[in-house]
Amino acid sequence: MNRFAELLDRLAYEPGRNNKLRLITSYFHEVGDPDRGYALAALTGALSFKHAKPALIRDLIAARTDPVLFGLSYDYVGDLSETVALMWPKGVVNNDKSFPGYPSPQPSPASAFAEASADRRGEGAQQRTRQSTNTTTDNNFGSDGRTSLSVPSPLLSAEASAKADAGEGQGGGYPGRDNDESLRPRNHNNPPPPTLTEVVTTLRTLGKTELPAQLTRWLDELDETGRWALLKLVTGALRIGISARLAKTAAAALGDKDPHEVELIWPGLSPPYLDLFAWLEGRTEKPVNRDPAPFRPVMLAHAIEGTDFATLDPADYIAEWKWDGIRVQAVAGRDDRGHITARLYSRTGEDITGSFPDLVPALRLPGAIDGELLILRDGRVQSFNVLQQRLNRKVVSPKLIKDFPIHLRAYDLLGDDENDLRELPFAERRERLETFVRKLDDPRIDLSPTVPFASWEALTAARADPVSAGAGEDAAAVEGVMLKRRDAPYLPGRPKGQWWKWKRDPHIIDAVLMYAQRGHGKRSSYYSDYTFGVWTEGDSGDELVPVGKAYFGFTDEELLQIDRFVRRNTTEKFGPVRHVVHEPYKGLVLEVAFEGLQRSPRHKSGVAMRFPRISRLRWDKPPREADRLETLEKMLKTEAAELEA
Amino acid sequence: MTIMRPQDILLPTAAGLCCKPGGFHIDPVRSVERAVITHSHSDHARAGHGAVLATQETLDMMRLRYGENFAGSTQAIRYGEEIRLGDVSVKFHPAGHVLGSAQIAVSCQDTCIVASGDYKDAPDPTCTPFELVPCDVFITEATFGLPVFRHGDAADEVKKLLASVALFPERAHLVGAYSLGKAQRVIALLREAGYDAPIFLHGAMESITHYYQSRGIELGELRPVKGVKKAALAGTITLAPPSATSDLWTRRFPDPVTAFASGWMRVRARARQRGVELPLVISDHADWDGLTATIAATGAGEIWVTHGQEDALVHWCKSRGLRAQPLDLVGYGDEEETETPLGDEAEA
Ligand SMILES: [Zn+2]
Repeated sequence: MNRFAELLDRLAYEPGRNNKLRLITSYFHEVGDPDRGYALAALTGALSFKHAKPALIRDLIAARTDPVLFGLSYDYVGDLSETVALMWPKGVVNNDKSFPGYPSPQPSPASAFAEASADRRGEGAQQRTRQSTNTTTDNNFGSDGRTSLSVPSPLLSAEASAKADAGEGQGGGYPGRDNDESLRPRNHNNPPPPTLTEVVTTLRTLGKTELPAQLTRWLDELDETGRWALLKLVTGALRIGISARLAKTAAAALGDKDPHEVELIWPGLSPPYLDLFAWLEGRTEKPVNRDPAPFRPVMLAHAIEGTDFATLDPADYIAEWKWDGIRVQAVAGRDDRGHITARLYSRTGEDITGSFPDLVPALRLPGAIDGELLILRDGRVQSFNVLQQRLNRKVVSPKLIKDFPIHLRAYDLLGDDENDLRELPFAERRERLETFVRKLDDPRIDLSPTVPFASWEALTAARADPVSAGAGEDAAAVEGVMLKRRDAPYLPGRPKGQWWKWKRDPHIIDAVLMYAQRGHGKRSSYYSDYTFGVWTEGDSGDELVPVGKAYFGFTDEELLQIDRFVRRNTTEKFGPVRHVVHEPYKGLVLEVAFEGLQRSPRHKSGVAMRFPRISRLRWDKPPREADRLETLEKMLKTEAAELEA
Repeated sequence: MTIMRPQDILLPTAAGLCCKPGGFHIDPVRSVERAVITHSHSDHARAGHGAVLATQETLDMMRLRYGENFAGSTQAIRYGEEIRLGDVSVKFHPAGHVLGSAQIAVSCQDTCIVASGDYKDAPDPTCTPFELVPCDVFITEATFGLPVFRHGDAADEVKKLLASVALFPERAHLVGAYSLGKAQRVIALLREAGYDAPIFLHGAMESITHYYQSRGIELGELRPVKGVKKAALAGTITLAPPSATSDLWTRRFPDPVTAFASGWMRVRARARQRGVELPLVISDHADWDGLTATIAATGAGEIWVTHGQEDALVHWCKSRGLRAQPLDLVGYGDEEETETPLGDEAEA
């Protein structure tokens, strides 16, 4: 754990991508299995366990430190985990232990101070060897004593110092330097600090009541950096500041492999990745994915800006509608016995097959479709609100299936039978997709049409009027257009310049719910006022910064859902305000619509929204994929430019 | 004879700690007739006093910094030596802070006050170790007077630096360190760790470092970095004043790793604020454990706390039944916060 913590600490300070890679690769090289595997899991966001509340950490430190000293320290450091990691006193502190060889100091009553002082002088004098040699009475200090006086050699003293310190691990110009220190358990009786593996595997199974004692033990055993990383990890506040992609690239570098190769086999791997490291170190064959229907990490688009078009050639791109549904991956494959297994995954790889049993029979050919989940009634795409009726259901009743018939609109084909198509250019994959959908010949699965265009002007017109540009009666469900480079392979993550999304309404962002407050009047029993934030680069990697507050736009049903979410996911309470979990992979994404943006020095984010409202709940989206502050800043610039024009 | 209270012996004034019965100031921040100086850091040792009493090293380094005429007259005093000044006697004891640094024990009648200046109880191969001086009133610094400041073994920090040099042989390592004391200690620690390649120096550190060598402190082969070709600096270590590590000067280095050796590096926000990539927690001041252990060990019943985080240390003293108060002395200790022209020489 200490070594992993050291890596995290160093990564947080290192700005260069290649240098980060070097640090991680060297860690993988130096640290053995299974620790490095759990480290890779932590770096790729693949670790999950129940988190401890900050209040628990406060209790632990309160039991060991003076509250005034803790308060002053916390004020100074500004971060709970770091404060606790830094000031954590090891072992039991005994305040009465006096310094060896010297009398315990006595309090001196103010009124009798002179006397008390004189008394103690007698006592102190015995300890003292008073040298009165070389006394001079020259109050002008003489003119220059350089020639007559010499100074002891510091070298001799250094030796003496080394001797005096032989028994001390740190510091100590004289023996018994630290009251607390001298009571600490010393080397031989010390349990070794926990490994990362021990921490991760223990946290997974540890009961809530056992957590405080376990944490205390670990805090006693770890060094400062280790304590810091442990506290960040258990409170779910570990911001690593590197992408999963970078961590996988660093792993690939261990075996001089192409990172893409690691990405391709990644879905079939799990912590602590023993098979992966064995392959990277040339000890075994490449791991094969035994899951007949594995998830493949999804490819995401960048939001396009007005200025981007100047650098893009329309001929390089294929455009298609961006449907207002849920992005999914529908995968079917044959198991060992040749039977088809079909699974539906959310964009984060969550298996959501159980919620859509009505789609499974349609996935009867082995392959992997990237598409959008929609509700179709009489061949017409329904609004997202209608689709939402099918989400987060524990029981999928026949009535639900009948009233809300599910449909898959296909964008892309990632696998065709045994063949991995992800390395092929998009144009080629699109052709394979057309054939695949035709072969499936199922009313529940159709092809998302492309939008023909010859110039950016033509595409602008199509986006402004999807009805006449081919979307027809489904135009209301068009959220915008997608631009995909014809030659783009299917790359996990959000690679630059490959895919662009161009939403119809520029005034919509995906934000993350951060705080909730009780409403007023008839809503006073519900948490109905929401503060939401977007991502920005903070001191230690990405962090959420609040950008606005909204208290309407949602249906009564949605209010109940959010209220429930808030109550179940509160991390801290301050009067009427609740802090709601908002981590990269935990939290609620709110689609927020607004009328405009203004600069605002009053807000930490520097921007303020006009008339913000919740336009949709994005249960399907991990907070990590919510928008960034830069997107708002760009909107702000665009708006300013439009105003001037 | 009237009984002297401690404040009759030493009293904080605008010019610094004033000893009326002895007719001198300790580490005065303004020009005074007679100054007794603990150590040569610029916030404690200023030019322009009438007469200066200090250790030989302190006087020598003041001379290096300020020129021959930095004071009207000077007198050197050895550790352990006692001098009678007016109604008081003054004795110097090693403070373990930098070369020549001293605690000053001022005794008058039966009361002994120790003005410890800056001190540390951690080992340092470049200066005489801290000596514990029993006293009635102990004046302590509080630069790192919060329990979050626990400085580990400096040797481990140097190992961290060497591991980084090994990992990035094509990059230069630029270590920000105060040019008086810290830089030489880092070099000595590197040598102790077995690093025997030449170490490069920023021009501002050369004269003090050579002075350390002239006092018999073994620092190995040192070279000025000026004029060395960029490519030749790959894989090397250069010591520079902290302010230089963040300016244009760094462009002469290949993809430099910016390290900073300071007790402040214990707190991450401080390291990030400075854009440091490799924080090295190496301090020439006592950490929290060092401060509290020293205070307890002096046996003093009254503690005066100055420059730094006074509140926490005063609270700690009071909770141990000691009389304690902050001393409102200005002009010391927060050198690092201000990038004044003296910034290069300030330390922590
Ligand atoms: Zn100093």
